[in-house]
Amino acid sequence: MTQTKPELLKTIVDALATIAPEVSDFDLDPDVPLREQIELDSMDHLHFLVALHQRLGVDIPESEYAGMRRLTDLVEYIAARSQANNPS
Amino acid sequence: MTDRPATIVRDPAKLALPPNLGDWAQARQQFRWSDVRHELFGSAGGHGNIASLALDRHLAAGRGRRTALRCVAEDGTVRDVSYAELASRANRFANLLGALGVGAGTRVFMLTGRRPELYESVLGSFKAQCVVSVLFTAFGPEPLRTRLEIGEAEVLVTSASLYRRKIAPIRAALPKLKHVLLLDADSATKAASQDPVTHNYELLMTAASQEFTTLPTAAELPALLHFTSGTTGTPKGALHVHDAALMHFATGRYALDLHDQDIFWCTADPGWVTGMSYGVIAPLLHGVTLIVDAGDFEAERWYRILDEQQVSVWYTAPTALRLLMKAGRELADRFRRPSLRLIASVGEPLNAEAVWWGVDVLGQPILDNWWQTETGGIVVANTPSQPIKPGSMGRPLPGIEACVVEHEADGQIKVLQGPDVSGELALQRGWPSMFRTYLGQSERYDKCFVGELYLSGDLVRRDADGYYWFLGRSDDVIKTSGHLVGPFEIERVLMEHPAVIEAAVVGLPDPIAGESIKGFVTLRAGEDADDSLRSQLIAHARRRLGPSLAPRDIAFVESLPHTRSGKIMRRLLRSRELGLPEGDTSALEIAR
Repeated sequence: MTQTKPELLKTIVDALATIAPEVSDFDLDPDVPLREQIELDSMDHLHFLVALHQRLGVDIPESEYAGMRRLTDLVEYIAARSQANNPS
Repeated sequence: MTDRPATIVRDPAKLALPPNLGDWAQARQQFRWSDVRHELFGSAGGHGNIASLALDRHLAAGRGRRTALRCVAEDGTVRDVSYAELASRANRFANLLGALGVGAGTRVFMLTGRRPELYESVLGSFKAQCVVSVLFTAFGPEPLRTRLEIGEAEVLVTSASLYRRKIAPIRAALPKLKHVLLLDADSATKAASQDPVTHNYELLMTAASQEFTTLPTAAELPALLHFTSGTTGTPKGALHVHDAALMHFATGRYALDLHDQDIFWCTADPGWVTGMSYGVIAPLLHGVTLIVDAGDFEAERWYRILDEQQVSVWYTAPTALRLLMKAGRELADRFRRPSLRLIASVGEPLNAEAVWWGVDVLGQPILDNWWQTETGGIVVANTPSQPIKPGSMGRPLPGIEACVVEHEADGQIKVLQGPDVSGELALQRGWPSMFRTYLGQSERYDKCFVGELYLSGDLVRRDADGYYWFLGRSDDVIKTSGHLVGPFEIERVLMEHPAVIEAAVVGLPDPIAGESIKGFVTLRAGEDADDSLRSQLIAHARRRLGPSLAPRDIAFVESLPHTRSGKIMRRLLRSRELGLPEGDTSALEIAR
């Protein structure tokens, strides 16, 4: 079943929390670039992509991911992909 | 890999430029450090201040208009800084220090992103004969505090944002800090502006003169402080002197094959020794253009920089190369690299598959090399004109005498001869960028030497052709994403957590990062060993240490294995985790 965007955002933040559990310290603003709010290194980013794939079944190419600076960008990308996969 | 040859031989005549190192044996035989000194100092008025050699020497030769730094901002915009501009900014910084009453020998620390101010303040500090230490901005407050304390920092160049996030929480622990020079001070936060030692960097720079005469600088004058890690105790501050420039120059020539018109990109941050020796000093000594990228690793961004900036020589790290491999060939093929003629790698052993990926996807083998914070510069390397053995670190460069030793029962060492030997890699002391001490820990420094040999702590095999192959560390330090990490610094932070009694961390093999940090902890009675506590501990470590030093995983254990003398046997934990034979456990404490 397709998730609503607020549900998707929660799933994404949950996935991030498995990599960087200190996200719970922050009231993450989905419209502000993630790297301005929390420190992630290149291995964190890689693990985050794997965690998103596991939870949502969406494979985000690295080249696309690089352009997604805000959580909102990730939500929009994944929502669009989910709709394409579930036209009903 | 079975269908790949063990050696890659390239025809030197077919390389884009004639290699600086032609015949390896002949170059080694003819090499004299005194010749390098004469070549560099002859035109520098006879004294060897690193900044004079890296800047003023080029201005005197009429090369001031060349581009020294090509700075790529996070948004991709590019700003060029010429050698003349960089020299005048460095002069201003040297005068600024003088105006503050900061004298020679003072420790000046930098904690900033990769931006022009970092480079000008480093070079200006050399000119003022201060000792420079650049801190990695991804460190959390705890490793920063330790390094600022051990280094007895009196001056810190940082940004308002980094001050607020990383320095304000530890400010009270740094009573010796006399001056904080704040970048982006317009956006200075309350915490910074209330600190009475804070100055506005740009205002002071504007007020300072751009003329500065560097005083004659003795070869043995301390110039650089780099922190590294051992198995036990606090990080060690390895001190290097101005004479190290000879090594940076010679290795830039032989290992990186720098030529006059090169556009050189060293991807390491100057907060690590590679990012200083080869991300600041070596390319400027050679008068080439240095790419300074403010952004972090992103596969597409890096391919774009290689393409648009027409990088010709690229010095990077295995973790980044493996991330590029993972990003796929299609991405690589979307960009052009017509100028790229040399790719070198350092930080941890480069696997043969990555060398061959270079051949297949980037059009050339990647040259692995080996060195350490203590060596200050590249000592063992694969070079463009010599046969390359994928998976090997190469052979000793001209000016370097390396050998393989084994430790004997009486504490002495034996140099192993023969065509194929394994043991600890050792170097004959005397190369110019050898560290001169560990700050305040001379006994730890002394332990690194037996007679005339420096013992590296790395276990290697030397094959019949004289190529060295990394086997592992003789101690428990971890190599992750190209960084050498001491377990104790991490364990100490884990043990600060109220749920933890004891902690041990080890490096486990990781296909991308080389090693990934895993922690093992014993818990106080009544604590629940569950996922919630695991997350809490990882979060605690990441807050205190930053992402690069914090464990990626934590396991709860009933007890940790100790030697009879009480030391944690990290290697045993690692063997158990990997299902390897446990080896000699005769020293293991029986019951606990």
